Amino acid sequence: MRYLTLFIILFLFWLLLTFELSPENLITGAVAAVITTLFFGRFFVRGVKKFFQPARYFWLLVYLFIFIWECLKANFDVAYRVLHPAMPIKPGIVKVKLNLESNIGRTFLAMSITMTPGTIAVDIIDDHIFIHWIFISSTDPEVYSKKISGRFEKHLKRIFE
Amino acid sequence: MSNIIGVILLCIGILFNLFGCLGLIRLPDVYNRLQSATKCVTLGTCSILISLLFFFGFSEIGIKALVAIPLLFFSTTVAAHALARGAYISGIGLDKRSIKDDYKGQVIEDQGDMEQ
Repeated sequence: MRYLTLFIILFLFWLLLTFELSPENLITGAVAAVITTLFFGRFFVRGVKKFFQPARYFWLLVYLFIFIWECLKANFDVAYRVLHPAMPIKPGIVKVKLNLESNIGRTFLAMSITMTPGTIAVDIIDDHIFIHWIFISSTDPEVYSKKISGRFEKHLKRIFE
Repeated sequence: MSNIIGVILLCIGILFNLFGCLGLIRLPDVYNRLQSATKCVTLGTCSILISLLFFFGFSEIGIKALVAIPLLFFSTTVAAHALARGAYISGIGLDKRSIKDDYKGQVIEDQGDMEQ
């Protein structure tokens, strides 16, 4: 089941990417998808049932809009720090507790963190995520945990768990 | 009309790519440079790709440009994470302006020299 889902996703992606419906193209795509599935199928998401629950897609859409908004803010923030003559930066690595259980949820959280204001996810060890932050605005773990991951976690929980 | 929007998006994209490159030169250490390299450059490139959608409409080129955006997102984030972690493990320290380092001592000792 897992392998089949991965195969279908890969094949659709191939069709989108090549944008052509000739038989040669379909065969090439199918072969490429089968090979990829055989090699990487075991790394794929556990519990593919989640793919067939429409509510998750709705929350994904909501999350996408929040994410794009945060991402835009992040860009202006970093551009401001780069262009400012004095470069107002206070970099450092902070440790934030994770509340998500599933691997895929954690992956998406790390990616969202990397894409938002001045933060890069460096590593995950056990239940903590280490984040490089370009401007540490407060030294209280409660406050910055909320600032970095709080706004994403509740949506990601609804999507992936 | 769609041409005008396309040109505006193209200009925004080029500007943000420029900011990203400026950040790459101006910011002090690897980690801060990665910040500008991931954020500004990704938005810049996404903006250029979306402008392609406006130039060509939902044709072959437009759709391919849209498909390239998630690919870009996933690869930049993973690359940034891998570079940051790799840099830390191989012993490149944080800039002296840094005020906090929780990661220190968490890295397994035999993976690299932590003294530098």
